[in-house]
Amino acid sequence: MTRRVDLRATGSFLGTVIKYVSFAMLIPLVVAVIYWEDVWVFLLTILITVSIGIGLERLDDDPAMGPAEALLLVTISWIAVSMIGAIPYLLATYGTGSSLAHPINALFESTSGFTTTGATVMNDIGTDRYSHALLIWRQLTQWLGGMGIIVLMVAILPELGVNGAQLVRTEAPGPVFQKLTPRIAQTARVLWLVYVAFTILLIVLLTILHHLGLAPNMHLFNAVAHGFTTLPTGGYSPEADSIAAFSAPAQWTIIPFMLIAGTNFALFWYLLSGDVRSLFEDPEFRAYIGLIGLLTATLAIVLYHGAADSDAVEWGRVAEGALNDSLREAAFQIGSIMNSTGYATSDFAAWDTHAQMIVLFAMFIGGSAGSTGGGIKVIRWLIVLKAARRELTQAARPEIVQPVRLGNAVIDEAVVRGILGFTLLYVVIFGFATIFFALDGMQVGYDLTVIEAMSASIATLGNIGPGFGRLGPFGSYLEFPVETKVVMIFLMWIGRLEIVPVLAVFTGAFWRSS
Amino acid sequence: MKAIIVGAGEVGTLIGRSLSQRNDVIVVDVDDHRIEEIKYELDVLTRVGDGTSGEVLEEVGVGDADLLIASTDDDKTNLVACGAAKTIGDPFTIARVRHATFKRTWDRTQRAFDVDFMVCSDLQTAETIVNVIGLPAAIDVDPFAGGLVHMAEFNVSAESPITGEVVADVDHFDSLTFAAVFRDEEMILPRGDTRIKGGDHVVVIGSPQSVQGFAQDIEPDKTPGSADDIVIVGGGEIGYHTARILEDRGFSPRLLETDERRARQLAEDLPGTLVMQHEPTDAEFLEREHVHEADILISTLDADEKNMLVSLLAKRIGTDRVISIVDHGSYVQLFEEIGIDVAINPRIVTAEEITRFTHTDVAVNVAVLENDQAEVLELEVSEGARLVGRTIRDIDRSIDADVVFGAITRDGTFIAPRGETVIEAHDHIIVLVEPSFVDQLMAMA
Repeated sequence: MTRRVDLRATGSFLGTVIKYVSFAMLIPLVVAVIYWEDVWVFLLTILITVSIGIGLERLDDDPAMGPAEALLLVTISWIAVSMIGAIPYLLATYGTGSSLAHPINALFESTSGFTTTGATVMNDIGTDRYSHALLIWRQLTQWLGGMGIIVLMVAILPELGVNGAQLVRTEAPGPVFQKLTPRIAQTARVLWLVYVAFTILLIVLLTILHHLGLAPNMHLFNAVAHGFTTLPTGGYSPEADSIAAFSAPAQWTIIPFMLIAGTNFALFWYLLSGDVRSLFEDPEFRAYIGLIGLLTATLAIVLYHGAADSDAVEWGRVAEGALNDSLREAAFQIGSIMNSTGYATSDFAAWDTHAQMIVLFAMFIGGSAGSTGGGIKVIRWLIVLKAARRELTQAARPEIVQPVRLGNAVIDEAVVRGILGFTLLYVVIFGFATIFFALDGMQVGYDLTVIEAMSASIATLGNIGPGFGRLGPFGSYLEFPVETKVVMIFLMWIGRLEIVPVLAVFTGAFWRSS
Repeated sequence: MKAIIVGAGEVGTLIGRSLSQRNDVIVVDVDDHRIEEIKYELDVLTRVGDGTSGEVLEEVGVGDADLLIASTDDDKTNLVACGAAKTIGDPFTIARVRHATFKRTWDRTQRAFDVDFMVCSDLQTAETIVNVIGLPAAIDVDPFAGGLVHMAEFNVSAESPITGEVVADVDHFDSLTFAAVFRDEEMILPRGDTRIKGGDHVVVIGSPQSVQGFAQDIEPDKTPGSADDIVIVGGGEIGYHTARILEDRGFSPRLLETDERRARQLAEDLPGTLVMQHEPTDAEFLEREHVHEADILISTLDADEKNMLVSLLAKRIGTDRVISIVDHGSYVQLFEEIGIDVAINPRIVTAEEITRFTHTDVAVNVAVLENDQAEVLELEVSEGARLVGRTIRDIDRSIDADVVFGAITRDGTFIAPRGETVIEAHDHIIVLVEPSFVDQLMAMA
């Protein structure tokens, strides 16, 4: 039995990834210096992580990467980076009595950040309890994770370019990765550029709103913080009240950016190259916008008839018959939940059940392929439905040859099979996790309702964040038992990488050549 | 006229027979036995040799020849022969090809490979099949701009529903132009209030689908509509092109193919066709698929005996019209004698197309109407030409001749010309024009 994966080479590349991720901590360090809080935390963290990175790099002077190493590297990188990202939480909150002082909580918060989930175990979020630097680091983890750490590495590191396509394909969401330019590094740069451009645009718009007096709370710190978590469909907010803390104009401004975050970024590249048709003829984009519109309209009607008009709705209560509020809350919640952002302006966990069902339905859809959104994704649902329809046709007339088409394109049978497999795995894992959470909670006396357990499962696997009941948008995951949190960390991890690459690494066939 | 034919197979022989009546023909072929036979069959000069070699071509006098027809069974040989001929002299070159990819490449400039005119036998056969079944009332159908535009001339019978109607009421198609009406040997340029009479010959130019729709209006009983059930048996190149052209005209045919991979490929390439993978000679399967209720069955399998079997099966279970490909020209009559409605031989179709073209004697894609009372031609508007940047209304006013703009294609898409349409450089325009004005119009484009 010989091993077919070069662990030293993988370790060496991992060191490089860690080294560069620790450079990202220079941003919170600058914030720390500005506010003169927690400066030593970030200095120390950078010192530790750069040492780890350089140490690992020494494992192999001239690392070579094949497909197996690429798969392993991406998979390992995400959990390693999450661990690195937890160090500032531990150091800053040590001895303060904060929930983050517990290592599992710190790792949960960090993983939830990098995977753009947005589920939190932080108690008393806010700048009076935590330093600005720590809170901006929490936002920044989501921004780095959104477009992808590895995609960023491929964009800036020429030595990763050779096998970059394999790396990017493993990390990028969606069934098929679309190269935009002949060179993969160029494609990675294009994606990041579009991402950065939209982030800056949002920050500028929010700041302008603030200076016009239309968004009193949206000062520069908050504008940057929310710029960092909107485009990656993250959902973290340094405000305890999430987006409910901001004015209606600020909420309306964020809505289109959440929709952009759930759209295939390749389409914006085509748009920038002057190709408007690609965007509007893309079958997934049309289905995505159509679904957003349909769900928003349905939810708005339900809210208009008083589904969020009870005393239980503490944040974002919608009075029966308030048309404007119904529309805004519906658009915001659907825009946030369907593409897995997880921001909230209204406590949907306290809405009437029929309104909650619409939100739960949206959680199962997900964003678009090639976006920063999580979940099963619109394109997969389209193909699953078309493949199912073909099964019915062929059951009646087996001789009919019918390729699965999306728009004018024919979907390769291997891709169709992959999508069916993925969707099945997704649903099975969702089901098992739901049962595990319910049983584990019961064992420690933390009883979950069915909808709470289901939402905990889909919200972590789909990288959404908020669920229902106590996990609502203004609630917390803090009370869950430790083993449940460990499973959730695993779900967020495999959810971000779309399950298959991570699970593939756990198969025997991956490690053995015979 | 001096013509050289490279390739003395069935196609070359047929062309040679037709051309030798009025021209000096020289036939070149590598096969000395075949050449020996030709010597006595046809009144032509012969030469054994490779038609792609410069020496051979020079020897048979390609330098002062007017026409070179490359008609061997091998596509590349034909293309090379045309190229070689152009290095020695400047004959008008015609190449026969089987593969539609060569034809599509050639269509881009209509000059590629040093070929002045190209006939793709598979495509030509498919077009012939579709015209035979699709447009029974048409006297003439010609594709332009690589098939994006069709010109068709119809004979309107006294019983036709459109007889007695005015053009404005009949023309309900977006992409159809009424180009001309021939009545009692006279050409009339139709206007909205022109009334159509029985016996008129109407010339229309438009998208294949609208031409098909118009044919349906003229002869609703004889012309198949989109609801009609058409079954194509055999997914070879001819079967594929037949299905594709039928799709273009708004039909949704069924296509039967035995090979699994080929069936998958066809299903991918033909979104509007129902592809089925099964052995077509299985009578039970044909029964299950209600082939006996089909309006038309087209058999395009690769062997004559299979085509005959399928055609007879279909006829026996009651299919209305059965059309079959016949590979051996000598069997065409036999097929028709045993009750198959139309038997089509690809080589005869190809030879006829080439012969037809040699008679028109011009270097552009052109259709001649009614004893040359008018011509329909396709012109590519060159950069800086006098037509560029002008509206069609403006051009019409400035020309003192009968000219009708039938269709425009721009970047491979169809544009229905209106008064306000502006002509751009590189547009392909399909115009009906009186013969005396052809040269002037060509100078303007």
